[in-house]
Amino acid sequence: MARRPRTSDGRYQSAECRVPSARCSNLLRRAGAKRLMDDTGTIIAFWVLAAITVGAALGVVAVRNLIHAVVFLILSFVGVAGLYITLSADFVAVTQILIYAGAVSVLILFAIVLTPRGDRGNQETFLRLPALLLALLVAFTLGYVAIDTNWAISDRKGFEETASVIGEALLDKYVLPFEIASVLLLVAMLGAIVLVRPEATMEETGE
Amino acid sequence: MSVDLEHYLIVGAVLFSIGLYLALAKRNFVGVLMGIELMFNAVNLTFVAFSRFVESPNPLDGHVFVVFVITVAAAEAATALALAVLLYRVRDTIDVDRIDLLKW
Amino acid sequence: MIRPLAEWYDLRDIGNAVGALLEQIEDWGAPEWVPYVVSGVIGVLAILLWTVISVLAFIWIERRVVGLMQNRIGPNRVGPSGLLQPVADALKLLFKEPVTTHNADRVLFWLAPVVIFIPTIVVFAVIPFGERMVLADLNVGVLFLIAIGSINTIAVFMAGWSSNNKYALIGAMRTIAMLISYELIQVLVLLAAVLFAGSMRLGDIVAWQQDYGVWLLFLQPLGLLGYVIAGAVEMNRSPTDIAEAESEIVAGYHTEYGGIKFGFFYQAEYLAGFAIAAVIVTLYMGGWTLWGVEEWVPGWLIFLAKLYGVFFIYIWSRGTLPRLRIDQLMAFAWKFLLPLALVNVLVVGGEMLLWQEADLSSGEALPLFGVINALLAVALIGGWAWFLGQLRPERVAHRAILTQEVGAIYYGEAAADL
Repeated sequence: MARRPRTSDGRYQSAECRVPSARCSNLLRRAGAKRLMDDTGTIIAFWVLAAITVGAALGVVAVRNLIHAVVFLILSFVGVAGLYITLSADFVAVTQILIYAGAVSVLILFAIVLTPRGDRGNQETFLRLPALLLALLVAFTLGYVAIDTNWAISDRKGFEETASVIGEALLDKYVLPFEIASVLLLVAMLGAIVLVRPEATMEETGE
Repeated sequence: MSVDLEHYLIVGAVLFSIGLYLALAKRNFVGVLMGIELMFNAVNLTFVAFSRFVESPNPLDGHVFVVFVITVAAAEAATALALAVLLYRVRDTIDVDRIDLLKW
Repeated sequence: MIRPLAEWYDLRDIGNAVGALLEQIEDWGAPEWVPYVVSGVIGVLAILLWTVISVLAFIWIERRVVGLMQNRIGPNRVGPSGLLQPVADALKLLFKEPVTTHNADRVLFWLAPVVIFIPTIVVFAVIPFGERMVLADLNVGVLFLIAIGSINTIAVFMAGWSSNNKYALIGAMRTIAMLISYELIQVLVLLAAVLFAGSMRLGDIVAWQQDYGVWLLFLQPLGLLGYVIAGAVEMNRSPTDIAEAESEIVAGYHTEYGGIKFGFFYQAEYLAGFAIAAVIVTLYMGGWTLWGVEEWVPGWLIFLAKLYGVFFIYIWSRGTLPRLRIDQLMAFAWKFLLPLALVNVLVVGGEMLLWQEADLSSGEALPLFGVINALLAVALIGGWAWFLGQLRPERVAHRAILTQEVGAIYYGEAAADL
């Protein structure tokens, strides 16, 4: 059977037209990455996802039941993953879902189950007003800086494939942080296990 | 009408401030942790937005940093939740208003 | 202008037919987004239709086949030899009274069946059913599969928690522990498969297997074993159906669910089975290719035949193997499969490096790797199993940590150290 042609950097040809027509190749070319994100689909996607994310974050603040707050937090994580996809960051989006929505959320839920029933409300401390003022101040400061600064926007189109470049960077330029991160994870795992081990182990092994 | 860097930065700023409010004002320890996770997410979103829009010789370094932040956030969540369980065992509560031994 | 039929190439292949339709729409001058939306809608409808029909068919097939394996006739009353049994099941579930338990968390109780159904359907978006029949051929397809599978844990927890039933909660905890352990095995095993193909896109992996004329299962026996077992656990099927072991914990996290909510869980179990089988077929068995036969037989027929064959093996294991205990299952994952998966990744990485550095051609490299991997698989499985058998510790029976903690919260400190 015929070998599939590979592009110059070793990837497979992603899509081809069975009939070499100008229409088909135009479609493929336009379906590639865009520079300015000004088409209707991206705009609608951004606003819907931003609304979901911020709405879910406000839900975490507002609901009275802690488990419901965690569910809203999960929704917020998924919303952020959607925003990553609008920014053509496919690898990071999938990693976000895998780790945040799949693992960190389960950790938080387990911690809620292992802590007392009386403390499952979601009320605020006595410092709620200063905290609110501080949060609003931070929001306005960051927003003002974001709008007022003259960012060096580039002409680059969106990324084609991020996973291979991220992988190469992790093993080439950032190999030291990569190794340190793995040691950090090991230490965190061991620390968590040691912290929650029951104190009755001495009696058990003594039997 | 297009979606620019500023839009993403403002979403990130709003998420960060909501996370900050949660971390400062929630009475439940797990609630504080949820605020911290939201702040991590906001920071990641800002990194990815910058990596997409801003001129740079290595634009995907932003994504690499986000991978590291996600890793460290997961490790920190595990440790903090182990601390929450231990805290319940020692002080019989996870209400941060009642864990004030250091207050004078 | 409508093109003449002779140019609508080969309508046997549905992918080509849809592609021709899209190009025709483009020719009619529709705006740019219309073919994209149309292809999305067609793909979604096709996947939904196929999954519903397959689930209905396999409810009957499974019950008959398991019945025959257990030396009894399966359902044969409803319709000709029981063929309308799935319809009867579906109607029964639809007409049952939807009961929500007292003091249950109503919102989460309603939401859990929805959240468990979504990942099992979304997984089918990245799987290539035929040559141009992928709904979304993502660059990170393999990672997408794992990530969407990890959302099952949230749904299981919501179901167990919102039932306000301590046994449902314990069942949910056990299921989640099982699921996250085997997720790790899945990731490592799929990593080795991705190393071979050089890409995480599922279309590329199928193309790699088509190019080199070899199925990845011949090159990755350890990987296939690991993924088959990890997949069986992810589907909550016997021999690992600890969540719904009818004799043990009533029905685990879906004890309190009745009616169509239970129907969602039931359907999600079958769909998860199809999804795992589809991933096995795509990654390890060549997907829709069959060494040249796909020139005459449409690719999706080959794919479905393989998928149903793999799912039959899962039905077979349900009828044959006894159920594992939760601690046996967890020990198996962490002590046996995890070291094997790690060694597998190491060996495959070494082989890829060898292939690249020594400049071998594929004709000599691939048989060599196949033989090395097969010998390694046999040696590792035999040797490691023997070694772990030598290490069998003294069995001290004590209640698991998690139930101690949960018991303490429910019954007070005295129950914590029973």
